Amino acid sequence: MTFRLTRDEAEEFVFAEAEFLDDWDLEAWLDLFADDAVYNVPSTDLDKSAKAADNLFYIADDRTRLEERVTRLKKKTAHAEFPRSKTRHLVSNVRIRKIDDESATVTAAFATFRSKDGVTDTYIGSTRYKLVRPNGALKIAEKWCFLDMEGLRPQGRISILL
Amino acid sequence: MSGTNGAYVRIDEDLKTFKVSRRAFVDPAVTDAEYREIFDKCWLYLGHESELDQPNDFLTRTVARRNILFARQADGEFRAYLNTCPHRGASVCRERSGSAKSFQCMYHGWVFGNDGRLKHLPGEDSYGENFRESGGGDLTPVPKLDNCAGFWFVCFDPDGPSLDDYLGAAMPYIELLSLHSKHGMEIVGGTQEYAIRSNWKLLTENSVDGYHAESTHATYLDYLMNVSGGLIKQPLVGRAFDLGNGHAVLEYKAPWGRTIAQWIPMWGEEVKAQLEDVKAELVERLGPDKADRIAHYNRNLLIFPNLIVNDIMAITVRTYYPDAPDFMNVNAWALAPRREVDWARQYRLYNFLEFLGPGGFATPDDVEAMEKCQMGYRNLKEARWNDISKGIGKAEPSFDDEAQMRAFWTEWQSRISRADGFGLAA
Repeated sequence: MTFRLTRDEAEEFVFAEAEFLDDWDLEAWLDLFADDAVYNVPSTDLDKSAKAADNLFYIADDRTRLEERVTRLKKKTAHAEFPRSKTRHLVSNVRIRKIDDESATVTAAFATFRSKDGVTDTYIGSTRYKLVRPNGALKIAEKWCFLDMEGLRPQGRISILL
Repeated sequence: MSGTNGAYVRIDEDLKTFKVSRRAFVDPAVTDAEYREIFDKCWLYLGHESELDQPNDFLTRTVARRNILFARQADGEFRAYLNTCPHRGASVCRERSGSAKSFQCMYHGWVFGNDGRLKHLPGEDSYGENFRESGGGDLTPVPKLDNCAGFWFVCFDPDGPSLDDYLGAAMPYIELLSLHSKHGMEIVGGTQEYAIRSNWKLLTENSVDGYHAESTHATYLDYLMNVSGGLIKQPLVGRAFDLGNGHAVLEYKAPWGRTIAQWIPMWGEEVKAQLEDVKAELVERLGPDKADRIAHYNRNLLIFPNLIVNDIMAITVRTYYPDAPDFMNVNAWALAPRREVDWARQYRLYNFLEFLGPGGFATPDDVEAMEKCQMGYRNLKEARWNDISKGIGKAEPSFDDEAQMRAFWTEWQSRISRADGFGLAA
């Protein structure tokens, strides 16, 4: 049986994901991920084919570390995000790239704004999702954020979730 | 007040205090003086030999505001040039890295070999007879280029000391980094390039600060405790060493895993056996003392003024320069043993990202701390001094004292006081 996914459903899914992040509803955001999910942000000088096992990324989380990232971000001692920044994730150019038996590959473009302490930083890039339906509901098995930037200058950190 | 009173550093022997003027972090004249007296005179890190693995490999990099072309000739020799055409000044190489026997300036088409010689120029017959042969059209090499155990440095002061003399007592620590594997070491693919909205010296301090972990990195330590088997029962304990010339190192034991070669339960029994083999190889090759230091001790190494090599849960190589008093650009890499087995490389990088870098569980909080210090210095007129007194007067300062920062500031003060107008009180 082929995996079923419409553009409407894909768009609604990634827009809802963005809203959870901007509302700082991180538990709801984490619920969108499958049990064995990965979340990757490669360094900006790497090819898109680079793997985290033998290249230095900015972020290469498995499900365990993704949960810990969310746990951390909810604490007052996550100093970079306490008090919390304001963010807005704009997601566009959503396309279904590939549909296999058990998953779909969806790509999108993003511009994320983070404001704190008188400064607004912008993160620009593309996202590649591998979506699955382990128990019927759509889940993220992989989320890759490829930054279209030459480094994190002046942003300095990815303390928020992209 | 008794003791040494420099313009920016004040030591009071009676009160046992070491104070640094916050003007050193905010004054553009200080940043200018730092370029003149420090960055234009000290040996500065350029890159690791593994980044130019083969003859004809090259990379371009900014060092102390200069564009540098770092290249290997066909015979394997390492060379470094100022990346500017002798004709009108355009960058002759506009790529980050690659392999090339020659570089052609895009402006008028002058071609340079990776030996720096001008090989060809369009319309050569319109120039004087020996224009090319005379060497006047060759690329300008950096004044001094040398390496220590595969770490390449440049010095823009032709009259500066040799690299060996400059590094002095820090050399054995750089050499120790090259001994983790009999196959040598390499920079892993991928560079973390970021910026911090603070003075660059805050990162020097932060990179060798053993005092801040419990507070700044509470969530990182929570995380290691949450993850089953993420730590062993090894308290943080160790020493700080002033290595002279502004260099310093912390050497200490810590509870986290090291793929060379401190096992943690999370990695499982199979890895435990393999790490014992890694340790045994170190003992056989280097003797028990060096092997123990490599396997079980962490080192935060500061090479004055702005090279940090932290051999902790992974190895990071980090260098940074001020664009302005309140803004720095940082480049950071991961260093690892060559031919490292897959699981070790994977765990090493997992460890790295857990703590280090702009997306880690720790570095963003360091960045936050540094930026908030910089904000605090807006109160300079009323609140003038930083305190760097912890452990002052101790014969054997602990890793979480501040002797290593005093080593840095003492050298910094000595160099900056040579700049015009900087010998006076702040």
